[in-house]
Amino acid sequence: MVDEGLLSWLRLLLPWEPLWPLIATFMLVLAIYVRGLGRRSQLSDMPGALGFLTGLAMMYAVMQTHLDYLAQYMFFVHRGQHLVLHHLGPFLIALSAPSAVLAAGSPNWLRAAWQRLAGSLPVRAIYRVVQQPVIAGLLFVGLIYFWLIPSVHFDAMLNARYYWLMNLSMAIDGLLFWWLMLDPRPPGATPVTRGIGVRIAVLCAVMPPQILLGAWIALSRDVIFDVYAVCGRAWPISPMVDQQLGGLLTWIPAAMMSVLATLVLLRLHFRNERARRSPTPYPATSEAL
Amino acid sequence: MNTRPLRLISLLFLVAGLTACGESEPPWRGHDITGVMPELDYNLVDENSEPVSAGAYAGKVRLLFFGFTHCPDICPVTLGRLKAAIATLEPAQRERIRVLFVSVDPERDPPEVLRRYTDNFGDRFIGLTGSQAQLRELTKRYRVTYGYGEKDKNGFYPVSHSSAVFVFDPQGNARLLFNQSLTVTDIAADLERLIDAGATVETRAKGRKVVAQAATGAGTANYP
Repeated sequence: MVDEGLLSWLRLLLPWEPLWPLIATFMLVLAIYVRGLGRRSQLSDMPGALGFLTGLAMMYAVMQTHLDYLAQYMFFVHRGQHLVLHHLGPFLIALSAPSAVLAAGSPNWLRAAWQRLAGSLPVRAIYRVVQQPVIAGLLFVGLIYFWLIPSVHFDAMLNARYYWLMNLSMAIDGLLFWWLMLDPRPPGATPVTRGIGVRIAVLCAVMPPQILLGAWIALSRDVIFDVYAVCGRAWPISPMVDQQLGGLLTWIPAAMMSVLATLVLLRLHFRNERARRSPTPYPATSEAL
Repeated sequence: MNTRPLRLISLLFLVAGLTACGESEPPWRGHDITGVMPELDYNLVDENSEPVSAGAYAGKVRLLFFGFTHCPDICPVTLGRLKAAIATLEPAQRERIRVLFVSVDPERDPPEVLRRYTDNFGDRFIGLTGSQAQLRELTKRYRVTYGYGEKDKNGFYPVSHSSAVFVFDPQGNARLLFNQSLTVTDIAADLERLIDAGATVETRAKGRKVVAQAATGAGTANYP
């Protein structure tokens, strides 16, 4: 006989609303990365692999397991979901600088197609615009604000199409932003590899608006997001407690990520400086984009 | 509710060719969910313990509401407001409305309890419930949920559930969502408009005009 408890646990791993293209994308990236690790078989890839796989698993878990159900019916879980999609997951993935491993693991046709795509003029132009530091910072904060406009939030939670548009836009913007911030190549290596100072300025600039928004939600005396009452909550909890927890999750960990990234950048700066002064030149990396 | 940002997204989708919404008609008092939610469909148990499906009250404007009879606040208030709104309508209009009260607490709400409860609100109120599987299927269909709290020493436990009323036109298309902010007047106005639109469709169909044309004229969604 199969253990009932085990079965119900396994059920929690299944998607609440399966999004097959998304699942396929995750599996493809995972397969390519693992293949790349095997092909390179370098011990120095291991810390990066840990970060990359953790980030990937986190992003998958909040979108395609039972956590997604809770995120749809509990405001604070939803805020946690976005923290993972927009901050934590992309942060870990960008920090792991996975381009070299992914390139090593890609079949030739995929690598060629990627290079064609990344090299095409419109893609390069769009990429340059969204990765312009001021625009990137505005997009990063703007998206958080946009999806939390009460009427927009209402529609996003009620309409399956908007819901996925919301989550995917957060995930993609998160990846773009943290890659721009944590790009390990020396500044100037590509047109979008910015100086450390500029990046730290952006990280500082995105902090206060997030703190403000989180504090406004956490300290509000009224229920701001009524869609969770409209749709019912996953379990009985006071709407105010739900909202306060959600506000705190928007407020504190989100801003902490900027501090963490600043520390990473300072370390990168000192490493770059040492490399510049030492006789051996900085090893060229094969990062795309 | 401010719909400007919504229009912005709608526009995005419009450009993407995914959806198109007409904006010529005056806005509803409730939240328009035409095309957003699927048409009415369920398999439940009625007040007589008989299995019942969505065809049962076809041709009526149906108001779907999830709750439980031990509910201390939201359910009685909402049902009371619906009762008051329906009372303001003409008798013929009233006959075209059914309120489907779906209990998500089948353990405490067997059919006979449900019948006694809905009888308090009038003939147009029908109690439905079902197995957990049936209830989960229906709630998921309308992107709502429910959950149970811990039992206290008297065996009472709270139930979280949707506070909204989903409104379906006589053809069973999802049309409106009434949330707690609507007044009795708002609800009555929207119901009247829906009933009248439904009546127009029926008359035109009887007049051997093209049914599909009448349906579009009434702003009916063609949700697959």
